[in-house]
Amino acid sequence: MSKKSGEYLINRRDNQYEVVIGLEVHAQVLSESKLFSTSATKFGAEPNTQVSLVDAAFPGMLPVINEFCVKQAIKTGIGLNAKINKRSVFDRKNYFYADLPQGYQISQFKDPIVGEGKVIIDLPDGHKEVGIERLHLEQDAGKSIHDLDPQNTFVDLNRSGVALMEIVSKPDLRSPDEVSIYIKKLRSIMRYLGTCDGNMQEGSLRADVNVSVRKKGSKEFGIRCEIKNVNSIKFMQMAIEYEANRQVDLIEEGKTIDQETRLFDTKKNETRSMRSKEDAHDYRYFPDPDLLPLEVSDEFVNKLKSEIPELPDDKKKRFINELKLSAYEATILVSDIEIAKYFEEVVAKMGKNKDMKLAVNWITGELFAVLNSKNLEITQSPVSAKNLAILVNLIKNGTISGKIAKTVFELMLKNDEDPQKIVEEKGLKQQSDPKALEELIDKIINNNRDKAIEYKQGKEKLFGFFVGQAMKASGGKANPQLINEILKKKL
Amino acid sequence: MSEITKQSLTELVESIKNKKLSSSEITKAFIERSEKSKALNAFITEDFTSALDKAKKFDQKPNLDLKLPGIPMAVKDLFCTKNVKTTAGSKILNNFVPTYESTVTENIWSEGAILLGKLNCDEFAMGSSNETSFFGNVQNPIDKNLVPGGSSGGSASAVAGQLTPITIGTDTGGSIRQPASFTGIVGLKPTYGSCSRYGIVAFASSLDQAGPMAQNVKDCALLQEVISSFDAKDSTSIDFKRNHYSKDLTNNIKGKKIGIPKEYRVDGMPKEIEDLWQKGIEYVRDCGAEIINISLPHTSYALPTYYIVAPAEASSNLARYDGVKYGYRANGENLIDMYEKTRSEGFGAEVQRRIMIGTYVLSSGYYDAYYLKAQKVRRLIKNDFDEAYKKVDAILTPSTPSSAFKIGEKTNDPVSMYLNDIFTVPVNLAGLPGISIPAGHDAKGYPLGLQIIGKAFDEQNILNIAFAMEEKINFKNKINDWWIK
Repeated sequence: MSKKSGEYLINRRDNQYEVVIGLEVHAQVLSESKLFSTSATKFGAEPNTQVSLVDAAFPGMLPVINEFCVKQAIKTGIGLNAKINKRSVFDRKNYFYADLPQGYQISQFKDPIVGEGKVIIDLPDGHKEVGIERLHLEQDAGKSIHDLDPQNTFVDLNRSGVALMEIVSKPDLRSPDEVSIYIKKLRSIMRYLGTCDGNMQEGSLRADVNVSVRKKGSKEFGIRCEIKNVNSIKFMQMAIEYEANRQVDLIEEGKTIDQETRLFDTKKNETRSMRSKEDAHDYRYFPDPDLLPLEVSDEFVNKLKSEIPELPDDKKKRFINELKLSAYEATILVSDIEIAKYFEEVVAKMGKNKDMKLAVNWITGELFAVLNSKNLEITQSPVSAKNLAILVNLIKNGTISGKIAKTVFELMLKNDEDPQKIVEEKGLKQQSDPKALEELIDKIINNNRDKAIEYKQGKEKLFGFFVGQAMKASGGKANPQLINEILKKKL
Repeated sequence: MSEITKQSLTELVESIKNKKLSSSEITKAFIERSEKSKALNAFITEDFTSALDKAKKFDQKPNLDLKLPGIPMAVKDLFCTKNVKTTAGSKILNNFVPTYESTVTENIWSEGAILLGKLNCDEFAMGSSNETSFFGNVQNPIDKNLVPGGSSGGSASAVAGQLTPITIGTDTGGSIRQPASFTGIVGLKPTYGSCSRYGIVAFASSLDQAGPMAQNVKDCALLQEVISSFDAKDSTSIDFKRNHYSKDLTNNIKGKKIGIPKEYRVDGMPKEIEDLWQKGIEYVRDCGAEIINISLPHTSYALPTYYIVAPAEASSNLARYDGVKYGYRANGENLIDMYEKTRSEGFGAEVQRRIMIGTYVLSSGYYDAYYLKAQKVRRLIKNDFDEAYKKVDAILTPSTPSSAFKIGEKTNDPVSMYLNDIFTVPVNLAGLPGISIPAGHDAKGYPLGLQIIGKAFDEQNILNIAFAMEEKINFKNKINDWWIK
């Protein structure tokens, strides 16, 4: 494998292979109730406690579309710079399974609610446009639980009927890393929009991964395999890596690749055939006669457009242009809506005389380190944006040094205490009185005459020694800038 | 007592309002007659004890402002009724007791009616003779071993046999109008979207529609007024201004233009049907209406279209009966085996036939040739009616191509059975209202019906025409209570 100029290629003998990846992401719509019923959608509820007669497909029960879910899908479409289809149709996808009570899934087949769009992803060497083929609304199925009993399968219908958005990308991705960046970007956009919480542990975001390989430079696509239902970015990357190599090996051995559906075994780190093209289900799609075609007006769409918040790409531009952040800093800060919110609150609380660089460093440095080590989300940050802003200002206006600030920050972690108060109570205020500092330095020079002479004779390294001594003598509170100035003068 | 059961709904409501009869007396009379009429096999589930309790309760505090005050009635066993077994005529739902009520029956109970029981029907409403019911065939009160028609055969038999003053059926391809015609009663299939489908066991969602069945047009109008309502729980329910059909009923149809479609003169139609139609034309002419010959050019494609669309939807609608959640379950080695056994044992032959047809026409490779083509033809059939209604206000046709046939006569010939629906099916495909009224007898004394087809949402107009014709026809059903010993 080689990664020349960011390219992900698989090498075998003299051949170089490119990997082509397309994703079908299933994103759970953030909504209180299901797509066609009023049942709740809360994660982790007791099995079968969020099931209506419609969800369990009782005789004579009929689906009624949840307008909120439609709005969420359209908002997501807008966030993906996609065409919103004013007329879309719900179809039935027919198959039998124990956790599919109706015997069909209501989905959108020919006429999805959202058409073509695009997502920009940031790569180490620039950015790339990933095409979106479509976004459609569909019902989730229930859950079959096979491991509770040796004889029986249990079915939990809490998820049955929950609204999903299936977001289908074009085959524009070329490496596991690009897939990771794309998924993160998609999640970020939906979290900004509030249309999907993006929680992969809870299954709110999962993907079917389509993988094919072709010789580098070839224009034609190879035969693809679809890896079903992968629920973490790491597993997606592992599955792609395994699958691409498997396909290259087959080609190198002169064998053909079968178009098929495969499963990723996370324990063995390999993909396995699930069903071949010949065994593919015939889903017998047809328009659901219980539902009329879904029609939305320009007015309806425009109203939703007006409710779209600033999205990561625009926010990043603003951070660079107005707040003068570097592209790198901006990318980090906009990647997650909660981080962006935190940062913007710090900026707001810092007031007029603010040091943007310092604030960014403190957030991405000290704060992120604490969050990481304690495994916390920024929303659970032990230090509020307001107090972090005060801390940054204390450094900026010379009340405390950067070093003392770290001590103060440590103390803030306990009860999100006001750093101003900590500084005062602990007497950590920086010593900036030149007279007092001069006296202190005179003393040190007197006590270290030999070293002062050596310094004057050219041993400049010793300057650091005097700074250290001065800081030590002041209990670390001396203003380092002043110390420097005075020392230079006196020595 | 028998006097009570002979009364029409309108008369019974009058009697209750005038305090000539109590709900208990009426309820008792129908129960007693039903007890003596088991040979008709009209009921799948009787709810007599509960009905008497409800009648007593009504009498203690009668609300005479209601439209169906204390009136007992039985309903087709396709309507889900809370805490009362609902089978759809199938073994697969033999043990199914809903915890909910269909909107249509809810409308009926809230106007004061009392449930007598659930009436037999073809399994999942698939049939034209009530012979596909898991609970056995229904006898036609007209003659022994005569089918009552289907799928609302139990409903038609119960009204004609006076086991219930009125009833409701469902009509997907003629399931109200054909049995009404076979038993000499009135049956209305409303415009698609007029009556909520919520809580009705689905057969073919884009065609299913509930409707009233009664002894006369006025009763039919009153019941339609009660059951028709906009319902947010049914996405295909339509919010339009509904008439007070019974109050607005008039026999004045002067100047109405009635279309006679030439394509309904089908090959091999018995002369007595042709004669009946002719007589019907004379009746409406006598009422001052104008007769206009029209063409519905795609009529001959209606039946094949219907037998693609309806099974396609049914094959999907019936997928939920899989033994997992409710209803009949056969034990199996594994999930697939359980499915196969449950559905092989739980569904009858006709239902299985239609599931297979439906599965076939939706399969990839056949979808375009069958289902999609059928949808296009369906559109053409609807266009035919739209064209015709530029010239006429309503259309008059026979209800069925023959009178009732003998039990067992057509069970081995599904195609000849399907031909029964030839005049009724186009109306469902076009989503229009149609009413069948008894209009005469054949040589054997079996009733024959005429159908009046209206514009969408124009139930009032076809009820008026039927009302005017009814007066002229003065039909008398020839029933000798042969089944009562």
